[in-house]
Amino acid sequence: MSWIEEKGPDRDVVLSSRIRLARNIAGYPFPTMMKDSDAREILDVVKRCFSVSTPFSGRRYSVTHIKDLPMVDRQVLVEKHLASIDLMQHSDVAALIMDDRQRVTIMVNEEDHIRMQCILPGFQLDKAWEMLDRVDDTIEAEVEYSFDDRLGYLTTCPTNVGTGLRASVMMHLPALTVSKQIGAVLQTISKIGLTARGLYGEGSEALGNIYQISNQITLGPSEQDIINNLTVACQRIFEKERMAQQAMLKVSGKQFEDVLWRALGTLTHARVMEIKEFMALMSQLRLGVGLSIIPGLTAENVNELMILGQSGVLNKRAGRELDDADLNVYRAETIRNRLNEILQA
Amino acid sequence: MLCEECRQRQATVHMTKIINNMRSEIHLCEQCASNHEEFASITPFSMNDLIASFMDMGAGHQPFVRSATVKCPACGMDYAKFKKTGMLGCRECYRHFSNELLPVLRKIQSRTEHSGKVPKRSGSSLLLKKQINELRQELKIAVETEAFERAAEIRDRLKALEASYREQGRDIK
Ligand SMILES: [Zn+2]
Ligand SMILES: [Zn+2]
Repeated sequence: MSWIEEKGPDRDVVLSSRIRLARNIAGYPFPTMMKDSDAREILDVVKRCFSVSTPFSGRRYSVTHIKDLPMVDRQVLVEKHLASIDLMQHSDVAALIMDDRQRVTIMVNEEDHIRMQCILPGFQLDKAWEMLDRVDDTIEAEVEYSFDDRLGYLTTCPTNVGTGLRASVMMHLPALTVSKQIGAVLQTISKIGLTARGLYGEGSEALGNIYQISNQITLGPSEQDIINNLTVACQRIFEKERMAQQAMLKVSGKQFEDVLWRALGTLTHARVMEIKEFMALMSQLRLGVGLSIIPGLTAENVNELMILGQSGVLNKRAGRELDDADLNVYRAETIRNRLNEILQA
Repeated sequence: MLCEECRQRQATVHMTKIINNMRSEIHLCEQCASNHEEFASITPFSMNDLIASFMDMGAGHQPFVRSATVKCPACGMDYAKFKKTGMLGCRECYRHFSNELLPVLRKIQSRTEHSGKVPKRSGSSLLLKKQINELRQELKIAVETEAFERAAEIRDRLKALEASYREQGRDIK
């Protein structure tokens, strides 16, 4: 059970809430200047915090050295938002420590010595912070962090210094995107210290209409202030998105419903599907499920299907690296089968 | 991080791109991003990694004078590399490059003083200061809600904390 299959609040618009903390261990240079022997020592120190003999918040943690991990598995971790692309690029010395529910992951020797994250389904930043704060306390009991009285937690990049905290919410904003209000929304949030990322593909529209909103400022406000600021902004955006959805439903009625049902039709019958088309259809399906127009499916089903259709996950499932043509056929087949299975259950 | 297209300006627009089933990250400056149609709906992005673009401005927009060969004595990180990547090499770099860093921090962060979590083991004076601030806040609420008994209690604890803070030779604002 990870954020993908679990139920979360506000799941009609929110996929996941994530908190990341950047920390460095005192007495070692940051990863930009450290030697391989430093990296090994750091990994040993962090691993010790999660060793089996010292139960950590009652959960089981596994340690994976990135260099031992096949490429396809690395891609799967990134697609599931459990590790960063950056971690994979530091593969010689990097490691990933993960709990058995895939909620808490600790990336070691990424841009900073330690990048820990907690990712939860739906909108629950407070709970994610509460959990990660405890993980941070437990690591701190074993190691001394690089900390400055004035600047707070010292990070490799000064954009993370202070709290070292990056909170982000992954959300689905189809109606704001289609109605072209998204530009204004993103402009507004940039004025209050927040930043947005789109999950993009080729062409002009956001891939799957999925956006990630996070805090830009890490130094000055406290952790709770940062989270509160982001929470309030997100709630406004959800409100706007829901209003835009209702407006579309009211104005376009049957035509709007038709688009959503056709998405289901295509997903259950297509034989070839590119990632871009897939993400667009998943967005329509998610909207149909969220508005209770399409019965028999939940937001969690949609999350599962979305991850299932990602290239790395498909390659892993197939047990080999598929070429693009084969991948598009395999995607259509996998999604078709799983979707029919869910609908018939 | 530099813009991947022009390699001239700081990359401030980031996106995850999936083309032909391959996932990659793209980092562009605002100018280059504005030439891409796919960014049109999402720009203007807020600035995330503004480091290098502000570096040359320094305090009071004075032209930058430090030689590119100046190195951090602790880790060997040189200024040119820091400016190029926006990344530091060790905790000493923060002190060594502080003249250049502080104006940058003022621009990209809200303040230049941390007010969040403090590691318990490195705490001492900072932890005390934090506790004092929290107690002052509690005292204010107690007085406002006319919980005078509670207020008296808090005041006593505050006095004790402030005394030990002064013993460490620090001023209380
Ligand atoms: Zn550029
Ligand atoms: Zn240094």
